[in-house]
Amino acid sequence: MPRYVIRRLVQAVGVLWAAYTLSFFILVLLPGDPVSAMAGAGADSAPVDPARLEALRHEYGFDQPVPLQYLNHLGHALIGDLGDSVATGRPVTQLITQALPQTLLLTASALTLAFVLGGGLALAATFSARPGVRQVLLSLPPLGVSVPTFWIGLMLVQFFSFRNQWFPAFGNDGLKGLVLPAVTLAVPTGAQIALVLAKSLITTLDEPYIGTARAKGAGRRHVHLRHALRNASLPALTVAGLLVGQLMANAVVIETVFSRNGLGRVTQSAVSTQDIPVVQGVVVYGALVFVVVNLLVDLVYPVLDPRIVLAPRRPVVAAV
Amino acid sequence: MSELIAPVAPVLERPARMHDGRLRRTLSFFGHRPGLLVSVVVVFLVGVSAFAPDVFSSQDPTAGVPAENFRAPGAAHWFGTDSLGRDLFTRVVHGAQLSLRATLIAVAFAFVVGGTIGLVAGFVGRWVDDVLMRLVDVVLSIPTLFLSLAVVTALGYGTTKVAVAVGFANVAGFARVMRSEVLRVRLALYVEASRGIGARWWSVLGRHVLPNSIGPVLVLATLEFGTSILAVSSLSFLGYGAPPPAPEWGTLISDGRNYLANAWWLTTLPGLTIAATVLATNRIARALDGELRQW
Amino acid sequence: MVNLLEIRDLVVSYRTRSAPVRAVDGVSLSVAPGEIVAVVGESGSGKSTTAHAVVRLLAGNAQIESGSIQFEGADLAHVPERSLRTVRGARIGLVPQDPAVSLNPVKRIGEQVAEVLRLHGLADRRNAALKAVEILDRAGLPEPEGRARQYPHELSGGMRQRVLIAIAIAADPRLIIADEPTSALDVTVQKVILDHLQHLVAQSGAAVLLVTHDLAVASDRADRIVVMSQGRIVETGPTAAVMNDPQHEYTKKLLASAPGLTLAAAPPAKATGKRLLEARDLVKEFPLPGAAPRRAVDGVSFHLDRGETLALVGESGSGKSTTGRLVLRLADVGSGTVTFDGADITRSRPPATRALRRRAQLIYQNPYASLDPRFTVAQAIEEPLRVFRIGDRASRGVTVRGLLDRVALPQTLLTRRPAELSGGQRQRVAIARALALSPDLVVCDEPVSALDVSVQAQVLELLVQLQEETGVAYLFISHDLAVVRQLAHRVAVMRHGRIVETGFTADLFTNPQHDYTRELLAAIPGRIISEGAPS
Repeated sequence: MPRYVIRRLVQAVGVLWAAYTLSFFILVLLPGDPVSAMAGAGADSAPVDPARLEALRHEYGFDQPVPLQYLNHLGHALIGDLGDSVATGRPVTQLITQALPQTLLLTASALTLAFVLGGGLALAATFSARPGVRQVLLSLPPLGVSVPTFWIGLMLVQFFSFRNQWFPAFGNDGLKGLVLPAVTLAVPTGAQIALVLAKSLITTLDEPYIGTARAKGAGRRHVHLRHALRNASLPALTVAGLLVGQLMANAVVIETVFSRNGLGRVTQSAVSTQDIPVVQGVVVYGALVFVVVNLLVDLVYPVLDPRIVLAPRRPVVAAV
Repeated sequence: MSELIAPVAPVLERPARMHDGRLRRTLSFFGHRPGLLVSVVVVFLVGVSAFAPDVFSSQDPTAGVPAENFRAPGAAHWFGTDSLGRDLFTRVVHGAQLSLRATLIAVAFAFVVGGTIGLVAGFVGRWVDDVLMRLVDVVLSIPTLFLSLAVVTALGYGTTKVAVAVGFANVAGFARVMRSEVLRVRLALYVEASRGIGARWWSVLGRHVLPNSIGPVLVLATLEFGTSILAVSSLSFLGYGAPPPAPEWGTLISDGRNYLANAWWLTTLPGLTIAATVLATNRIARALDGELRQW
Repeated sequence: MVNLLEIRDLVVSYRTRSAPVRAVDGVSLSVAPGEIVAVVGESGSGKSTTAHAVVRLLAGNAQIESGSIQFEGADLAHVPERSLRTVRGARIGLVPQDPAVSLNPVKRIGEQVAEVLRLHGLADRRNAALKAVEILDRAGLPEPEGRARQYPHELSGGMRQRVLIAIAIAADPRLIIADEPTSALDVTVQKVILDHLQHLVAQSGAAVLLVTHDLAVASDRADRIVVMSQGRIVETGPTAAVMNDPQHEYTKKLLASAPGLTLAAAPPAKATGKRLLEARDLVKEFPLPGAAPRRAVDGVSFHLDRGETLALVGESGSGKSTTGRLVLRLADVGSGTVTFDGADITRSRPPATRALRRRAQLIYQNPYASLDPRFTVAQAIEEPLRVFRIGDRASRGVTVRGLLDRVALPQTLLTRRPAELSGGQRQRVAIARALALSPDLVVCDEPVSALDVSVQAQVLELLVQLQEETGVAYLFISHDLAVVRQLAHRVAVMRHGRIVETGFTADLFTNPQHDYTRELLAAIPGRIISEGAPS
């Protein structure tokens, strides 16, 4: 067991390194001159003093050969230094860690909500004996994944903040301010969970061992909860990493919609100002979350499925 | 190896296909699936708006009549008008051109690049497979939107650039599915049987492996089409798409945000258009995945 | 005597896209207390559906349309689901078909047995665990205390079937429905399990409704036999009467094609003396992650003459299929040599291997999987000709039609795809494809074990006939000694990757030398009857 954990940890670090490298090369090697973009601070294309450009180039090390730049940056990254923001001059790590608590609170509440709603929906849909109810319930998740998340947010704001003034439309104020963004975020994720779990429950309920359980004299609820659910939740668990990744990405957009402080704000302004170190920091942070979630899933998996003998598992692409 | 007595499925004798029967079969197929029929119609209409927007609206999407601003939806303006008095329906129709083009580029990019990677990895195997799939794993570990944002940061703003950014982020998914399909087919008995007959590898690849593995990848492409519409509209909502007067769908919603309190249609209707399009393509993808195969 | 189970005019139909299909069409049968009744039929005969209808465990699209099922004073066809639950598991136990997938993979063995007792209030939590071990012991599971704490995947197929039997007998039911309880198991295991099940019901006095495709198994075990075909009962009667004096045509046909029951003379030895294939000391290992490699083939030597049939017989995991693949160069030989028509092909380079492909072909167990689903019959048979550029399109078409005639398939099938063919038709197409290049050797890997018995007999006949016409040699791989007897000139018995005995077919059957061969012979169902019958 410890050997397995260590191996998975090493793998996780490997993925993080690779994600860092990939983002570095996307940001530095793709056409587009970061320095003139920095100096021009985005859209307006006023001519910039060449001397100032040269100074900037030197300051950020862009005048060095690329491999050297890469090693230099990687060395710093290893000790937790992702460089300084071009726009504000503050350390990237600090920017991200300051913005993080708000975003984590939001994503955590959204994830919980998504699990409860999505899981409940899948269970209710597959348990219902009435074909009509079943069909209506099963048609909800495809709807949930088809709607733009930011639009759901705007619709909720329109109804609950402008028409009825039940919840604040903007800002980070307390629990009340958390409700609308969390619900918005929970819709697509919950729909995904419901899709995967319902599909998996339906195939599981056709398995011969379900027939065995019914032949024992077990009732529908007993079969559903004691036999089908645990088996069916395994494929749903494998997509957890992807779902959390998506959730975080959506959070970036949703924070913008609700004008909340958090990682989304940081990201959006960094992209607008082509603040490369910050963007890279966000990308690496995204990979970190994915890696951590998958690590957790890998550790939980053998507990739920005795057939898995602690073998390394590749993350699975959502098959929905 | 198992000596399992495979249950031989009863082969229902199918009636010989006749030409006059085909139309009736098509009608009854869609008759039992009204949702699918509606989806096909929606996708068709959106396609027409993208390639020939003038069929639906001959007005100029960027020219407004300031006197007629903030008109609610009605007979004159189906989707109402915006703050500058521009007809929203016209803008949505013309926006389809931008948004759909971006989506097509994104899907095509991901399909070609990802499909090729998956094909090579699955068919060549060994270390090539290992290297390519490790790379794919890494790309998958970064949430797609973050990856797209990184590419947008590097390339800059614009519809095509956003499209490439979205496509790039989806390459890994295609590579994964293509590879697993190629592996499944490559290990299928009929491929070994073909090899046992003496067929050469390119013949096996072209006649057996590709035709039998491309199906799920095409289904993914259809599904990815919906996802890409959402991703493209997210990026243009954040303001990374075409510059202001251009009526990209995401931009339209973003513009309407400021008038949530007094002009609900400016956000609601473009959003519904996006949702309808995505829902329709997803429904068609599901049909391709299951129902049509049995048809 | 009052019957325990009385089925009257049962009709069960499946909803399909077009029209409902009647799987069971007016079946009436009865089971007396303590009696073993076998329902025999081929796939699609409705035998399984009838059995499952008794406890109303049918597929979602199946429905009991009419008829009654009287059991202990209630009509199970019409009682509400709630009262059915008190019958299932408690009064009627079910032993399902495939032990590999019939146990919940994430629950411990003991828990799954104890669940029956808990559901019917026969034990509390602590008691149930203890009783479960006791029941597992009764079902013949070795080391029941330890096994009870294990998960299904840690048990062999035979052990899992014992667990399922334990579940079925746990509440001491009056009726046990056994649906093909051993078809997925090796023959020797099959015999032991059936012996034990028979012993258990004799002890407890429970009745058994045994569903099987194998007339021989039925004749060994049942007091009465019910023969079903296309949803109807065609014949029913005491076992001896049905076996010795069948009335219905269909029963006669089944009897004639059951390999274990007919004592057809083994084909005489055939030594043309022209050596076609020679394998010497073949070894093949498969690497296992983190463990010593598994030796699938361990020093196998044999030879095969032109026009001869050598059967490789063994149970699953004996290495017989791997051996077949080694001689065809579909897998790389670890050590040893393979000589084909005088040339050493052990490590042949691609051009030589391709030349071999032209002269040596393979027929698979599962014809559905070995035919490309997108190819029509014509394309599939033509493929070898096209690959070797034999003739032009027109002349290949002629050859394909000739081949189709040879395997006795109508020309109308040329444009069909595999999914539109029956199992037997598919295997005929695979045979036609294998013969397209007029090979010298065809390796047949369990070519009939996925087929119904009557179809089996036809395909075997076809293989024999083709050998007479073309002089092809067969390396015939099978787990079934009874099948092999009909067409092999010589038999090699394999176990754990080694050949334990080789001999002429008649000699091997009458005078087996090795203990394992004797064990295999004893496990063939139906021997009791066929040996007793005058031949």
